Amino acid sequence: MRQGKILLAQQAVDVATTATGITRLDDGREVSSDVVQWLPPVSGTVFGVALNDTGQRAAWNSRFYDAPYKTPPKTPVLFVKPANTHTGHNTAVALPEDGSPIQSGGALGVVIGQRARHITAENAGQVIAGYTIVNELSLPEDSVYRPAIKAKCRDGFCPIGPLVTPAAAITNPHGLEVRTYVNGELSGIANTHDFLRPIGELIAFISSFITLNPGDLIICGPAAPRIDLAAGDTVAIEIDGLGRLENHIVASPFATTGETA
Amino acid sequence: MKRARIHWQGQAYDVTVGDDNRVTLPDGRTLAETEVQWLPPASGTIFALGLNYADHAAELAFKAPTEPLVFIKAPNTLTGHRQVSVRPDNVEYMHYEAELVVVIGKTARNVKREDAMAYVGGYTVCNDYAVRDFLENYYRPNLRVKSRDTLTPIGPWIVDAADVADPGNLTLRTYVNGELRQQGSTRDLIFDIPYLIEYLSGFMTLSPGDMIATGTPEGLADVKPGDEVIVEVEQVGRLVNHIVSEADYEATLSVSAQEQQA
Repeated sequence: MRQGKILLAQQAVDVATTATGITRLDDGREVSSDVVQWLPPVSGTVFGVALNDTGQRAAWNSRFYDAPYKTPPKTPVLFVKPANTHTGHNTAVALPEDGSPIQSGGALGVVIGQRARHITAENAGQVIAGYTIVNELSLPEDSVYRPAIKAKCRDGFCPIGPLVTPAAAITNPHGLEVRTYVNGELSGIANTHDFLRPIGELIAFISSFITLNPGDLIICGPAAPRIDLAAGDTVAIEIDGLGRLENHIVASPFATTGETA
Repeated sequence: MKRARIHWQGQAYDVTVGDDNRVTLPDGRTLAETEVQWLPPASGTIFALGLNYADHAAELAFKAPTEPLVFIKAPNTLTGHRQVSVRPDNVEYMHYEAELVVVIGKTARNVKREDAMAYVGGYTVCNDYAVRDFLENYYRPNLRVKSRDTLTPIGPWIVDAADVADPGNLTLRTYVNGELRQQGSTRDLIFDIPYLIEYLSGFMTLSPGDMIATGTPEGLADVKPGDEVIVEVEQVGRLVNHIVSEADYEATLSVSAQEQQA
């Protein structure tokens, strides 16, 4: 059974979706998954891991030896997607005020199921509750030297869901295809077997100095290929066995382009 | 008014704090500062500023930035007043950073500098410890430097914004084992509070309870297990913290886990 959250009568309520695609509330009532307002299925801290796929790593490699980097990353490159970025399936995400494009970031999300600190890579599976889809939206990055707050922390820049699939249902999380669709057209394919560091290593590293809690989410990548998105686009991320996360890109409500008062 | 969150006899409470640091529970009972466990006084997104005092930027041999250097800390790193912070074993340099923290009071999006102070709910103090051994030139300062468990004491309380007449002219001080080690004034902030609120709310929504740690002045030094580190911001608060070694901390945790099982 996959778990999710929807907004019902102004309240966040849990839902579960069966293998045949029927979504029900806890009390057994069926809801139409097309019309419900989906919320992120998790509510903990969301950690991202940058440059964790071989494609992205190769793209940046020639610059790693230049200033200011001087040497390639020695440890996983982490970031936080704060609460204002979290949004659910089928929601609208606004472009920056100046209308400049944003980029898709289809990625596997690992949901933590129990409190975890100093977990070894070998034991990491024990703390994973399940997996979900994340679209780690970003402005294009021309540097990874300073924290990417402006690029990655805009409102709605972290769609998650629709559902969390239990870990037991995914035999090999390192062999999942991640497909990006823009306006229904397949625009990019990546695969979780291209992770530079597997999930267990990431959990071991993070939990060596951060206590992870149930409901925390680790975006493990891949974020490649990133695809430019414009107002009016519908972007969907599909991951084998996890479903499809779709969002709508809209102009900023604060747009400063065009006529001025 | 000073407001805090404490843990007492198995339960968390929102409390008010008097001038003698006694806390008043919602039912009116009062408790001494040392009778309660102090929790972080807010729980939103934690923004922190790097290199936001010119003297500190120079101390680290950096040019002062032309745009705020903002990073985000995850909630795991927060701890309260009179708690311990863990110095990892086998590191060369871990330093304190006394900072004034702005706590957002109402939802802010696209707020102009001249209106920004109306969005401040109050102020608190943090000690934004950093372990410099773990600095790398990727998303610097990274989470291993700045978001470690226990390494951001914050509190003890939030002082209402109305009670601080001029947050742009407050003295910050750090004492290690009673000795004054760091001193500066918020008048030397490169990017002041209105600027930071305009900057952040210009591309994201700030919500009540979000915290902006505004940076630290010069005067950094290594701290060791056993040290008592006090950071204070004039008119806001005085935050006490003790450094423990990783080995001692892990031993305490395993003892308390055994006690819970017993």
